Amino acid sequence: MRWRRSSGQSQRRRFGCLPILALVVVAIVLALAILLRPQPLPQAQSLPANHLRTEVVQLRPVAAFASIANPQARSIALFEEAGRVIQHPRCMNCHPRTDRPTQTDAMRPHMPWVTRGTDDAGAQTLRCATCHHDANFAASGVPGNPKWRLAPIEMAWQGKTLGQICRQILDPPRAHMNREQLLHHMTEDELVGWAWHPGGQRTPAPGTQAEFGALIKAWLDTGGKCPA
Amino acid sequence: MRFSLSINGRIHHVDEDGQTPLLWVLRDTLKLTGTKYGCGVAQCGACTVHVDGQPMRSCSLALEAVSSAQIVTIEAVDGAETKAIQDAWVARDVPQCGFCQSGQVMSAVALLRAIPAPTDDDIDIAMSGNICRCATYNRIRAAIHDAAGRLGSGQS
Repeated sequence: MRWRRSSGQSQRRRFGCLPILALVVVAIVLALAILLRPQPLPQAQSLPANHLRTEVVQLRPVAAFASIANPQARSIALFEEAGRVIQHPRCMNCHPRTDRPTQTDAMRPHMPWVTRGTDDAGAQTLRCATCHHDANFAASGVPGNPKWRLAPIEMAWQGKTLGQICRQILDPPRAHMNREQLLHHMTEDELVGWAWHPGGQRTPAPGTQAEFGALIKAWLDTGGKCPA
Repeated sequence: MRFSLSINGRIHHVDEDGQTPLLWVLRDTLKLTGTKYGCGVAQCGACTVHVDGQPMRSCSLALEAVSSAQIVTIEAVDGAETKAIQDAWVARDVPQCGFCQSGQVMSAVALLRAIPAPTDDDIDIAMSGNICRCATYNRIRAAIHDAAGRLGSGQS
């Protein structure tokens, strides 16, 4: 822009440094104010409710089978009800037919890649106890129990029908226990009992260990008959 | 609650909740930051330490469970196997980003102490719980073989 002095000479309008510096300072202050304004920290978000739900599933009590007059049919019905526990992922995951356990309700291969080793408690150099300890650990979500290990390979259940599992657990060479020991294992064993207290968001086995034990006892008392 | 921990040959007194993961105590309380936080759910092995000589994931280990144990971290692990592993790691230039390496080294040292001349299968089994996002697995395996060779020939 030009204008004329009274003397008649034209002259370019001049801007001093101070206004420019002031503009720069204002811009910097504004930018910092925007960038450093108080903001809420990111919050951990909960999973949708349908991913968190752990359903409590009941077992039918022994009395519910009293109406079955045929003892053999009643025995089979009792075992089939107990089979809802036996074939639950909480039990099946540690009864694999290979040297590697599975995990989750989907029974996917265990991560990390681990093997049973000679004592079913892991390889010499990667023991189950590398991660699993005496109790479920909420901070890491890793489950635990003092007896944490796989069932021996002779007790593999995965890939078998309930009838095949039934005949297997009644066969001492494969079950590693007689009927009395079997009843104690199902009713009292703390590692079996973990299935009802798996921690985290894991789905517990149906019913309770006491109800399951009562079904197993009633099944054995009725002759321990097996489904086909 | 107050706990006394034996870590790297020294007794440390810490006042933390008993359910605090050992990893947090090592890193945040005692500033032993060589042990790394990778996943926090015992899936990657970056937090591996030795507890009574056994490799364990410190993210999945409650403070109250190790109050009477001998804990060794990457800062103090030593011995012939450690020297052999360190030398082999340097010679093979094993690390890429390096984040997982303290855990890899702790597992590799424990492997050589248990199996002085490991096969590929032994290495795969022992190291399968240690994840490397840079996929340096071939160099790790080669370096463990190198270290075993040095130990066997008495060079370390």
